[in-house]
Amino acid sequence: MEVTRTKVEGDLRVRQMKAQALLRGEIEGEDLEREVEQRLLFTKFEEAQNWARKNALFPLGFGLACCAIEMITVVGSPRNDLSRFGAEVIRFSPRQADLLILSGRVSIKMAPIIRRLYEQMLEPKWVIAMGACSSSAGMFNNYAVVQGADKFLPVDVYVPGCPPRPEALIYGIMKLQDQISGDPAMGWRERYRAEGTEEIA
Amino acid sequence: MDATGLELIAQRVREKVGEDAVTGTIFYRRAATLEVAPPSVHDVLAYLRDGEDEPWERLMSVHGCDYLPEEPRLGIHYELLSMERADRLNVRTRVGVGDPHVPTVVDLHPTANFQEREVYDMFGVVFDGHPDMRRILMPEDYEGYPQRRDFPMGGEPVIYTYNEPKLPRWYD
Amino acid sequence: MTDEPGTMTEPLQVPYRERERSVTMEPMGEHDELLTINIGPHHPATHGVLRLLTTLEGEIVRDVKPIIGYVHTGIEKSCEDQQYWKVIPFVERMDYLAYYFNAQAFCMAVERLLDEEVPERAQWLRVIHLELNRVASHLFWIATGALDLGAITMLWWGCRDRDLALDLFEMSGGQRFHTRYFQVGGVVEDIPPGFVEMTREFVKTMRTRIPQYLDLLDRNEIWLQRTKGTGIVPAEDLLALGVTGPLLRAAGVGWDLRKATPYSGYENFDFNIPVGSVGDNYDRFRVRVEEMSESLNIVEQALDGLPEGPYITPNRKVALPPRHELATSMEALIHHFKLVTEGFRVPPGEAYAAIESPRGELGCFVLADGSAKPARVHMRDPSFVNLQALPEMARDSLLADFIACVAMLDPILGGVDR
Repeated sequence: MEVTRTKVEGDLRVRQMKAQALLRGEIEGEDLEREVEQRLLFTKFEEAQNWARKNALFPLGFGLACCAIEMITVVGSPRNDLSRFGAEVIRFSPRQADLLILSGRVSIKMAPIIRRLYEQMLEPKWVIAMGACSSSAGMFNNYAVVQGADKFLPVDVYVPGCPPRPEALIYGIMKLQDQISGDPAMGWRERYRAEGTEEIA
Repeated sequence: MDATGLELIAQRVREKVGEDAVTGTIFYRRAATLEVAPPSVHDVLAYLRDGEDEPWERLMSVHGCDYLPEEPRLGIHYELLSMERADRLNVRTRVGVGDPHVPTVVDLHPTANFQEREVYDMFGVVFDGHPDMRRILMPEDYEGYPQRRDFPMGGEPVIYTYNEPKLPRWYD
Repeated sequence: MTDEPGTMTEPLQVPYRERERSVTMEPMGEHDELLTINIGPHHPATHGVLRLLTTLEGEIVRDVKPIIGYVHTGIEKSCEDQQYWKVIPFVERMDYLAYYFNAQAFCMAVERLLDEEVPERAQWLRVIHLELNRVASHLFWIATGALDLGAITMLWWGCRDRDLALDLFEMSGGQRFHTRYFQVGGVVEDIPPGFVEMTREFVKTMRTRIPQYLDLLDRNEIWLQRTKGTGIVPAEDLLALGVTGPLLRAAGVGWDLRKATPYSGYENFDFNIPVGSVGDNYDRFRVRVEEMSESLNIVEQALDGLPEGPYITPNRKVALPPRHELATSMEALIHHFKLVTEGFRVPPGEAYAAIESPRGELGCFVLADGSAKPARVHMRDPSFVNLQALPEMARDSLLADFIACVAMLDPILGGVDR
């Protein structure tokens, strides 16, 4: 059977009536096949899964310092709105979140706590190092700041700035979405040669 | 507050607290500093708070300072405020690194609780009689007193082209 | 006598486990119903990484010990390694909601050491930016404070209006946050054309929005029940604990450094200071909202009377010369070179300058030793001292009221930990 994809004809009301009829089982035979063909979409399972994951990221509500204010502005301000990308649901429990946005300077007292939070998150999980201080200690080259979050966490996207503009953070999240949906070689497990470390509980 | 007012305060403190309590006065850029000996800090602040002529009833800040080339090295400053006169007075003591003990003023001014802990954490000055002498900003088991001038800054060396081949990288 | 780290003589000979003892609560009284929980560094109340060790008896808070230090960045130590004008970006990042205030306190202390006079236009520009920053800081406080108590609409409204204020900062300073706009001796650049009109627009918009906030919160039964009568501390205890700012003014003490010891031209403006009566959370909330209105008054008066003149001190030994002079004058070139490579030197001495930040008295202590780098910079941060009042506020209150107390206390952990 060959499948042809054509645009569904008719304006909105006609299409709605046809869809209702389809669901109620009132169309038979040739008409049924034609209706189903017009609404099918073929893809690979990984692509569909990645598309679902990237458009519904749950950030972990985690803010350390000044970058946290910009992060709250991204989530909470009507001008730069993160819910356009489906990511405005901030879950405070690490078991329910899958994106850790490290916003702010990581001091040596806080680093083990962040590591524990990261380990509590379930696979698949991503990390955005927001701002200069979490990417590389920013301007604080001293005894009290961990020189970059990637000393103890695998980071996927680094967003520079001190603090980065909300648009910059949104660009970072979009880049992460490209990473999730696109090339599987962009994931950190491939880059750090860490296959086999997923927790399957 | 002018220089003569500061001298009068020093005179009254010498009378009431003791001759060797006050070791000096400094009046610089319209700000007054009274320098006292470490064992008498508590009595001087008690007098400044409760004496009849002395309105210095609020302690705004306790902070430490490291005057490295000069001995005694560690200085502790008490910044006093008088709300009725809208005026400030700074009381300063100096202790050496070998015996850094100063009596606490938490019973007079409860605001000094966290601030004395911070001075201990950063400089190593022990306040005798403090109810909770622990580190406050650094991790509990940290060794060293970071804000002393001879404590290294820490961090990582910045990589330029001239020292890049010599520094070990994480993949080594 | 220098000490190597790790090999020093420990003046306090207390073993580690003994030191931990004050953290675990000794049982108080005969109750065995006390439960010590950890409201940990990562918690939903978006006030930064504050750890509260709370002892509960049922639903009532018996004692709370704040544990801080999770954002300690060693800013004060880093400042000893930088030239004076490079310290300003470091110091701005301490109390990260009130960045202009940090810079203002530091610049005031250094100007006092240098005995430098700030020109009048620079003073008025500083006042405009300080008051706009106060409005922005209070907006963020009300956005997150109301979010803690459940009024989530205030988050959207507060952030929306705060974006307007940050647009103004971007116009004058180039960045929304941490603009490094205040320099020693004045401000770094004059305001661009259009700034005055946009600021007037902002003031007009905010004057219509503040009654909207009060409409939303002030007549809401849940808000009133949660904030009225909770977290009361008498004024003498607050004075003894060193608390300043809106917390002290809500308890009835009308102490504001802008009126008591005016600095940077505040004596030219006519504004009121809201003072509460009871000292509960409702008073703190109303005091801050009224302070926002008064700040808008100050901004309007400053815009009306902005004087002409230089925006930074003409003393070339302290401030960079304007760029068009570098092409013609040799002395300007030499001054520029010395200032950029080495920085200006400050004669030896100490100074302490205090200003009124949105949280209380923000003081800066600078010790200069004659070189181009400060020997000690210490900020007396208001949140650090106000946090000592939290156990008093929370004693014998319900857990929900305790969250309201933390929200109304407005701690900023960047300033607490520095």
